Amino acid sequence: MWDYTDKVKEHFLHPRNVGEMKDANAIGETGSLNCGDALKLYLKVNENERIIEASFMTFGCASAVASSSALTEIIKGMTLDEAAKLTNDDISDYLGGLPKAKMHCSVMGQSALKKAIANFRGVQILEKPGQIVCECFDVTDLEIIDAVRANGLETTDDVTDYLKAGGGCGQCLDRIEQVIASAKVKG
Amino acid sequence: MKIIYTDNNATTKTADEVIEEMMPYFGELYGNPSSMHTFGDRVGKKITQARKHVADLINADPEEIVFTSCGTESDNAAVHAAISAFPQKKHLITSTVEHPAIKNLFAHLAKEKGYKVTFVPVDRQGRLNTNVLYDSMSDDTALISLMWANNETGVIFPIEQVAKRANEQKILFHTDAVQATGKIEIDVKKTGVDMLSLSGHKIHAPKGIGVLYVKKGLKFSPLLIGGHQEGGRRGGTENTAFIIGLGKACQLAKENLGVMNTRVKELRDYLESQLLEKISGTSVNGELDNRLPNTLSIGFDAVEGESILLLLDRDGICASSGSACTSGSLDPSHVLMAMEVPFKSAHGTIRFSLSHYNTQDEMDAIVRNLVPTIEKLRAMSPFWKDGKMV
Repeated sequence: MWDYTDKVKEHFLHPRNVGEMKDANAIGETGSLNCGDALKLYLKVNENERIIEASFMTFGCASAVASSSALTEIIKGMTLDEAAKLTNDDISDYLGGLPKAKMHCSVMGQSALKKAIANFRGVQILEKPGQIVCECFDVTDLEIIDAVRANGLETTDDVTDYLKAGGGCGQCLDRIEQVIASAKVKG
Repeated sequence: MKIIYTDNNATTKTADEVIEEMMPYFGELYGNPSSMHTFGDRVGKKITQARKHVADLINADPEEIVFTSCGTESDNAAVHAAISAFPQKKHLITSTVEHPAIKNLFAHLAKEKGYKVTFVPVDRQGRLNTNVLYDSMSDDTALISLMWANNETGVIFPIEQVAKRANEQKILFHTDAVQATGKIEIDVKKTGVDMLSLSGHKIHAPKGIGVLYVKKGLKFSPLLIGGHQEGGRRGGTENTAFIIGLGKACQLAKENLGVMNTRVKELRDYLESQLLEKISGTSVNGELDNRLPNTLSIGFDAVEGESILLLLDRDGICASSGSACTSGSLDPSHVLMAMEVPFKSAHGTIRFSLSHYNTQDEMDAIVRNLVPTIEKLRAMSPFWKDGKMV
């Protein structure tokens, strides 16, 4: 059963700011149909770089919808600089917390926001090199290898502490172990 | 709120008749069936009767029935017996769509014990690729284990045909019939399977009781070594009340097999046709004319299963999704992945599994909920626009 807070349930059942925004001047998209969740974030930003409107379209589970809804509520009225500092924990906290296995839903919100800001400013966000190992926190194998080598990390717990990777659903822990081993061998 | 229970492949309501049958054996009739005294033997006689009811349901002989604690134990015991009987053989065959009780056990044997495992694929309709299966059979094969019917899609495997080939090549054949039992005819003599697992709580007995059928004359090493119970095939004092309950449940299942394949099937077909008619972008998973009569696996394009389940749950409707989303994984289930169901509908797949307790009104209530539920979720999906996928 779902270990959701009342606030998550409420935002899922009655999401705020749903729908396509025709006159948006910043759009951020993340996730895909194949991944199992996706978010398209629309912003209207004024001449002072303040977000005056935000809306979303989301495909995903209840916590993905709730995280999207929460995100749009949080950022309305913020300047882009303020919004850029938003973390996935802020989204999760706003909802009274998310189950560990669902933290990636808040990460998705943060990632769509980053992309929307970059879109407004005309900046290109380069795709991270390497392969995603931890879906929950969007961490690649190359990032893990770098962290292992730079900090002498030994265990999956070390990696989780440094990069959060593996700290969500835990599905990737075996894979992280393999990456740690490969980092040591080739290092 | 009234519960509309359409998740019978997950578990079933314990029948009132079953509970009634069990009650005395929690209280005044507490004797040990192995005891010499008449008091214990009263329970022993009742267990003999239960064993006969179980045997009757699958056309076995009573002495071929071994009571266990659950379907998973039955599967483990069967595999243990097979690999103990042929310690020199290091090859196992199963399918890509098995229940975790077999899937993970075989993966464990491959990883820890050096077994080579052939996972036979299925096609887009969930049908077993028997060519791959037959080609992989060899003198080194210790066991073939295949589910009789799939828990998610209800697709029925050609058990009789495969068992015949296995017998010809003297390879042991086990079937996990946990989902098939009580829904379609199971005849161990006609099919010639060596071992078969079934589970009580899928056929209106309580949780915590299972059966392993072991063909007469088969060399068998018990998983639980202990006393002489179950003919030395499973140590441990009998779970008397539950065995007696399962006996009753098997008797009822046999009586209800006709209803299952007429009235329950009609309800399933009605629900299916209503949903296909009233909701666009909807598709049914699995081979349509070769499914369990109670199971409907149906995918809704561009929406996600957990969200659907939560909105169904608001009206007390119990069903399952085709994803492992609740466990944190974002992938669709291994069954839908093995069938290569497109992602667009795999993520939005819901399984309804009916029983004879369901009614026409309940099917209508599900349709009344789902039409606006899917509409609401599609209205916020970035992959759905103007009535179709984008």
